[in-house]
Amino acid sequence: MSTAEHWQGVCSVDDVPLRGARVLARPAGGDIAIFRTAAGGVFALLDRCPHKGGPLSQGIVHGETVACPLHNWQIGLGDGRAQAPDTGCAARFAVRVVDGQVCLRAADLGGDGAAAA
Amino acid sequence: MSKPRLVVVGNGMAGIRTLEELLRLAPGKYEVTVFGAEPRPNYNRILLSPVLAGEQDFDAIVLNGYDWYREHGVTLRAGVRVTRIDRARRRVIGADGSEAPYDRLLLATGSDPFLPDIPGIRLPGVLAYRDIADTEAMIEAARAHRRAVVIGGGLLGLEAANGLAARGMQVTVVHLADWLMERQLDAAAGALLRQSLEARGIAFLTGAATEALVPGESGRVAAVRVRGMDPIPADLVVVAVGIRPSVALARDAGLPAERGIRVDDTLQTFDPRIYAVGECVSHRGVVYGLVAPLFEMARVCANHLAGHGIARYTGSVTSTRLKVTGIDLFSAGDFMGGAGKEEITLADPVGGVYKKLVIRDDRLVGACLYGDTADGAWYFRLLREARPVGEIRDALMFGETNLGDTGHQGQSRAAAMADDAEVCGCNGVCKGTIVAAIKAQGLFTLEDVRRHTKASASCGSCTGLVEQILMATAGGDYSAAPAQKAMCGCTERSHEEVRRAIRAQRLLSIPEAMAFLEWQRPDGCATCRPALNYYLISTWPKEAVDDPQSRYINERAHANIQKDGSFSVIPRMWGGETTPAELRRIADVAEKYAIRTVKVTGGQRIDLLGARKADLPAIWRDLAMPSGHAYAKALRTVKTCVGSEWCRFGTQDSTDMGKRLERALWRMYAPHKVKLAVSGCPRNCAEAGIKDVGVIGVDSGWEIYVAGNGGIKTEVAQILCKVRTAAEVLETAGAFLQLYREEGWYLERTVHYVARVGLEHVKRRVIEEGESRAALWQRLQFALDGEPDPWHEAPAARVDLRQFAPLAAAEVADVDG
Repeated sequence: MSTAEHWQGVCSVDDVPLRGARVLARPAGGDIAIFRTAAGGVFALLDRCPHKGGPLSQGIVHGETVACPLHNWQIGLGDGRAQAPDTGCAARFAVRVVDGQVCLRAADLGGDGAAAA
Repeated sequence: MSKPRLVVVGNGMAGIRTLEELLRLAPGKYEVTVFGAEPRPNYNRILLSPVLAGEQDFDAIVLNGYDWYREHGVTLRAGVRVTRIDRARRRVIGADGSEAPYDRLLLATGSDPFLPDIPGIRLPGVLAYRDIADTEAMIEAARAHRRAVVIGGGLLGLEAANGLAARGMQVTVVHLADWLMERQLDAAAGALLRQSLEARGIAFLTGAATEALVPGESGRVAAVRVRGMDPIPADLVVVAVGIRPSVALARDAGLPAERGIRVDDTLQTFDPRIYAVGECVSHRGVVYGLVAPLFEMARVCANHLAGHGIARYTGSVTSTRLKVTGIDLFSAGDFMGGAGKEEITLADPVGGVYKKLVIRDDRLVGACLYGDTADGAWYFRLLREARPVGEIRDALMFGETNLGDTGHQGQSRAAAMADDAEVCGCNGVCKGTIVAAIKAQGLFTLEDVRRHTKASASCGSCTGLVEQILMATAGGDYSAAPAQKAMCGCTERSHEEVRRAIRAQRLLSIPEAMAFLEWQRPDGCATCRPALNYYLISTWPKEAVDDPQSRYINERAHANIQKDGSFSVIPRMWGGETTPAELRRIADVAEKYAIRTVKVTGGQRIDLLGARKADLPAIWRDLAMPSGHAYAKALRTVKTCVGSEWCRFGTQDSTDMGKRLERALWRMYAPHKVKLAVSGCPRNCAEAGIKDVGVIGVDSGWEIYVAGNGGIKTEVAQILCKVRTAAEVLETAGAFLQLYREEGWYLERTVHYVARVGLEHVKRRVIEEGESRAALWQRLQFALDGEPDPWHEAPAARVDLRQFAPLAAAEVADVDG
């Protein structure tokens, strides 16, 4: 079985558009949105806005923020937090890039978001 | 390396607002020390009148409590007046002998009450009205004494008089000019104001010059002597004849300061290390005493202190309201009128209503309202935007008739609304919530209210109401947006400036545009990037490269996102006509992809709701119909009636005309969505009167209407022209839409575009100048020629197909950590 320190590649960095995102489907549900910023940073959040559950992966990425496509809440990619005065937090997932591969913790890939970092 | 030090002299509204803006732009850039002469945290000076009148207490008007200073690491020296600036050694010296060194100094010393040089002005019992200490002294005096005289019948004097009367004093106002508030009101409105204040028991002497204040036996003031009259007994005298910018500190330090401290458009004084904002400055020879200009200065000054260095303050237009409960008056601009100007007045002395509008060169330049000020915000907006008013002149006096707006039960008078009445129908915000937020958070601008309450942040139809509530709650001289509104927080530039630069400088990409226009955030935001992308591709078709990542998801996925994250798909049906074969394919698709809802739209086509994103490419393929662009800021539909082919009343073949228009214009991106309709006779079954372009067939040809809207506010389209042939309809409608594409601001519908530029301008470019029309029509055809259908030519349309394929964790290989 995988451990928390076991990392699994999910796609190549180039598979994620700059200033964009891809959706990673998990068997148990709870999609993960993988973002890539203009500066090349890669981030992973649960694909649900803390406001009304909008799919963050579909939002416009600017700086290290994504604008939720439903009601334009601004969610920080690094901390998952909604920008004030809105409040709420999208679950984060640890992500690293190894040899051009985007990797997540294997333990996070099976779950439903409860195991967020 | 230690941080540079910023010292702020003045703990009032202008200084602290600048600091707030600075902390937002560049938190932690400076080590900040604030000196305030009053032993208080920062409070809302505008609300001293309600405190005096006993409607609020001091705690309610504190804007930033002591904890705010702590949280932001700002050192507050409250109660320490700064007595000297040592520019050579770059330090300020306080009255207690303490010193504070600075790298940047911000002067926000405000103003001092003006005390005329008359005998007795320094007697006990004589007060100015400027700060909370004066207010408290007046409240104290009202407890012990009975008779008060207020010298000065201006804004402050009347607020003082009203407050003292409310506290049970017998008040007489002595005023030098012939009518009250002569700098804010004309004689007629001044007379009405006097009437209503007299009804509250306040006595007035106008045209009255005060000669001396006379002491009694105790040494306290006992009477006021007015030229040519008997002395007026008084236990309390409030002197409110004006304020003067507090410039002594700056002047002693050798900074040029005449009426106010002289600053340039960046709010910098003669000494480049020293900035100044607020009532103490003189900008282009003008001194401001209201809060709106101060906040505009604060925004610009903070931009420079933050090191961005691109904002400019170019002066403000101001408006006035009296903060006396139950009295409504409003004035703005040049309300006195005179030579070269026209006046429209409405006077109902019995009902206590008076309105005067002053117009020059087809622009509203001044307004003076008494009794009914609900439309003050709207007039003020017209005035600042200098919008031509010729076309709405007949209705101007009756205000912005919000009646008919959807979403808030047709309410157009905020004052009449109950606290639990809904103002913003989109976000479910009630009046009480907005009022509470304005008071509790100290909000002053529409943007603030939008940010904190979400009211007016979605469709914007309630903006007028929210502005009214702001005016009434924040005390009226709230900070109105500058006429040239910045596109978003990433830039100081307006839409107009950005459009002009893209054309003039031949900018072809978003990074190029952002670099040239000195964008403050390198990556922009979700507001400016779609706008920039549209401006680029509409200005330089075939040259500028479309950036799908700067488009909203609907235009990236070419379908319409729904609340559950699924999408809706609407195929194009030319002119609203379809075939059995198309209907069969639609039915098959609906079953194959488990489409939950199949709905006929208002634009005569069929909507498939609940499609999974991953299915979209297959759905498009199976439909084998063109994209309906129902998701885009683009041409949506051309709605038609059946026309002369079938209808016994039809005079023209409207269906064929509609199909020709739709085939000529589809794939046309625009500042906002564009809807057309063609009716075959004046019965107008296609509802052409509320479309961006409406065409109505008559026996002798076609009438073309533009700028209608059936949305938030129903707007009837205006007649543009009448033409004879179908070819002329195509060219005229196309030329109008191309003009809108080239001049419209992003997210501006045709109705607002035409209101902004004026129908005359549109007629000139599209009708009168034949060459202009032909060129517009030709440019549109060039832009649309060969444009791909995103559903069926994905690569050419730059559709990133990867987005439709979710990654699957199960299929990936292990990588060592």
